[in-house]
Amino acid sequence: MSVIIILILVSICIAGAFLLAFFWSVKDGQFDDVKSPAERILFNNNKINNK
Amino acid sequence: MSTTKINLDNKTVCYHCGDECVNGRVNFAEKDFCCNGCKSVYEILNENDLCTYYNLNDRPGLAQKIEIRKDKFQFLDNPDIRKKLIQFTNGKQTQITLYLPQIHCSSCLWLLENLHTLNEGVTSATVNFPKKEVFIVFDEGKTTLRGVVETLTRIGYEPHLSLNEISSGHAHRIDRTRWYKIGLAGFCFGNIMMMSFADYLSSSYAIESQISLFFKVLSILLSLPVLFYSASEFFVSAWAGLKNKYLNIDLPVALALVITFTRSVYEITAGSGNGYLDSLSGIVFFMLVGRWLQSRTYQTISFDRDYKSFFPIALNVVKDGVIKPTEISNVKINDVIQIHANEIIPVDAILSKGNAEIDYSFVSGESLPVKIQIGEMIYAGGKQLDGLLELVVVKEVSQSYLTNLWNNPIFNKKEVVRKSNYDTIGKYFTYAVLAIGFGAGMFWYVQGETRLMWNAITTVLIVACPCALLLSQNYTNGNLLRIFGLNKFYLRSPDIIEKLSRINHIVLDKTGTLTQNDGSNVRYSGKVLTPEIKTWVASLTHHSSHPASKLVSDFLNLNELITVTDFKETEGQGIEGWINEHHIKVGSAAFVGGEYFKERKGSKVIFAIDGAVQGEFTINNKYRFGVTRLIESLKQKYSLSLISGDNDTELNNIEELLGKDSEVLFNQSPQEKLNYIRKLQSNNELEVMMVGDGLNDAGALKQSAIGVAVADSTNNFTPSSDCIIDASRLTMLDTFLKFAKEGRKIILFSFTVSAIYNVIGLYFAVQGVLSPVIAAILMPSSSITIISLTYGLTELAARKYHLKENITQ
Repeated sequence: MSVIIILILVSICIAGAFLLAFFWSVKDGQFDDVKSPAERILFNNNKINNK
Repeated sequence: MSTTKINLDNKTVCYHCGDECVNGRVNFAEKDFCCNGCKSVYEILNENDLCTYYNLNDRPGLAQKIEIRKDKFQFLDNPDIRKKLIQFTNGKQTQITLYLPQIHCSSCLWLLENLHTLNEGVTSATVNFPKKEVFIVFDEGKTTLRGVVETLTRIGYEPHLSLNEISSGHAHRIDRTRWYKIGLAGFCFGNIMMMSFADYLSSSYAIESQISLFFKVLSILLSLPVLFYSASEFFVSAWAGLKNKYLNIDLPVALALVITFTRSVYEITAGSGNGYLDSLSGIVFFMLVGRWLQSRTYQTISFDRDYKSFFPIALNVVKDGVIKPTEISNVKINDVIQIHANEIIPVDAILSKGNAEIDYSFVSGESLPVKIQIGEMIYAGGKQLDGLLELVVVKEVSQSYLTNLWNNPIFNKKEVVRKSNYDTIGKYFTYAVLAIGFGAGMFWYVQGETRLMWNAITTVLIVACPCALLLSQNYTNGNLLRIFGLNKFYLRSPDIIEKLSRINHIVLDKTGTLTQNDGSNVRYSGKVLTPEIKTWVASLTHHSSHPASKLVSDFLNLNELITVTDFKETEGQGIEGWINEHHIKVGSAAFVGGEYFKERKGSKVIFAIDGAVQGEFTINNKYRFGVTRLIESLKQKYSLSLISGDNDTELNNIEELLGKDSEVLFNQSPQEKLNYIRKLQSNNELEVMMVGDGLNDAGALKQSAIGVAVADSTNNFTPSSDCIIDASRLTMLDTFLKFAKEGRKIILFSFTVSAIYNVIGLYFAVQGVLSPVIAAILMPSSSITIISLTYGLTELAARKYHLKENITQ
């Protein structure tokens, strides 16, 4: 078997891993609200913790 | 940093909300506040070291002028109501999502997410900024739902709690399947494309047959999820169309997809070619992206609201001297209910105690508040302006005058198949493609070339897939919707754009649409008002709580008043009394006995001293800024009419505004408004657009081809409609209509361009020589041309109409 076949299979597996990562992020709700996190990051340092 | 924030005009503005401090400012900690409400919010934040709130944004607060009574949220202690509001509880931890319409800047986000510093029972608070929602987890051991809501209210974020929240539940699940479909299609498209390249180049570089076979098998495997999962919506829609005996544009797409796939599989298994699997997955990917762009909905906006989001959750029912908050559905006939200032009355009821002044502007379109006598009927939807009332319920919520409108069958009608112009085009397109395909097939059959015949038929169907048509429609509409949204004009769905471009008659509502909901203009005409006479009139009107008297008092704006003797108020007519031995009468023409300017019409308050008419105050509606220009502009292209639930005092102004050709109707009930639209529609040439704001327009908005609801920031409610326009952008309506027309032109233009690609493809296809390489070049290049063309043209059009300016994100 030619080495190219193995190469292609490996590359598809890697791409598939990225696809799964994308599915995971969608399921996790990362694309539901894209605005709040962008605002939130600006004042993470000001968070008050009195617990 | 300066402690007092002063703007350029040297006016003092509130440190909290940025409003000008008009009625005497409140000074606290060397900072100015416009009212006690704003001050107390500052105090709370200051005590808890939360003043970062004021550093993140300049004057981030909202005015707190309306005081909220202490026991307003008592109903949240009722276990039944609480159970319906909360999402989850295990007795200790409770989760709830609250809608806070006040959320508008990063300060809000910061403050709300630090809610635990203000209420230690709160475990966490997470803001969803675009939805204006906060998700709160709290500890039942340390606080209650009422406690959380009261904490929010104290800092100026009163949650919007309405009947809608408890009747619809929290069933808004987010649909994420489109993301999965696009991701999967993109993945497969990329990989199939990569492997196809090897075949396209195989003429110059010989590849081993073993590898070639491997590539082909892998391509088929990868195209399966594209066809069966990603493209499933095309088949579903085409099938739904067929079932309803209706050819929609998804049918030729579905047909082309199936034929492309079967032919590719056949070619590969027979070893006769490479198939068109890369083109297949590519086109599915591009079409899905187009649909996604087009369907991006506005998360904060709900187009399907009814009276429920306007009504409160609970009412205070008085029984044997005890006040008990009761869920609205449990309020029965003959119950005695209490209504506080600024509250909505959700039932039809008879007034039994209190000074009722009801604002019906939202439900009936009457611009002036109505005074109700004890024993008289108050209809659901009215808002009490000032003071506490006690009422006896006559009709329950579900049976009331207002809610009856929703029993009209029009509110239960569901559109089964959406028809649009493009579907008609799609229909002819399908016929044309089938004709060309079979024509070419016949030709080759007659020539005796059966192989070429099949080749021609299938490739014609593949090439002529109306994907490019769909793409131009989806990408244009997607961008138009985005630009409309940036300009605060929100459409329910993309096919509204096409409907907008076909409108030829516009029906307008008056109160709240052309005029502002708050305030009237008072004008004086008559003999010169000396300070002495001014004081007399003001002293007299001061004693009356009639809305018109109040407007006159406000207009005269005097603080030093003198005593009136023998004051008498004739209900619905006017008031009279003696001041300094002069008899003064203020009221209607019939009461006072004459008018100053007979020819001038309108809502008038006339006054006479010792029987002689001195002058009159004309009360006019306050028209929105720019309405005159808007009407002038609309008049040139559309026929207009106006229907109002208000009385005809504004008739003169309206006629002047609309011109003599337009029909103007006053005193219209919600049902009559609906019937009027229906009557217009019986003339088939009229495509009617209705612009309105109140609940009384709800039926008319639904009946018309396009219902545009005007949303004022002062109330969070818009009736069910196709479009929602922010009141501040109402005057841009003519521009929006022009822009929608432009959008239609752009779609037609890119249709033509895509047709050229189709013709090129057909040229090869009918000869039976369309190779996968040509398809692989034509497909992406036509898609990319269409995408960039539609995007570029819509952006250009937006510039042309100045829709890219003053955009607030």
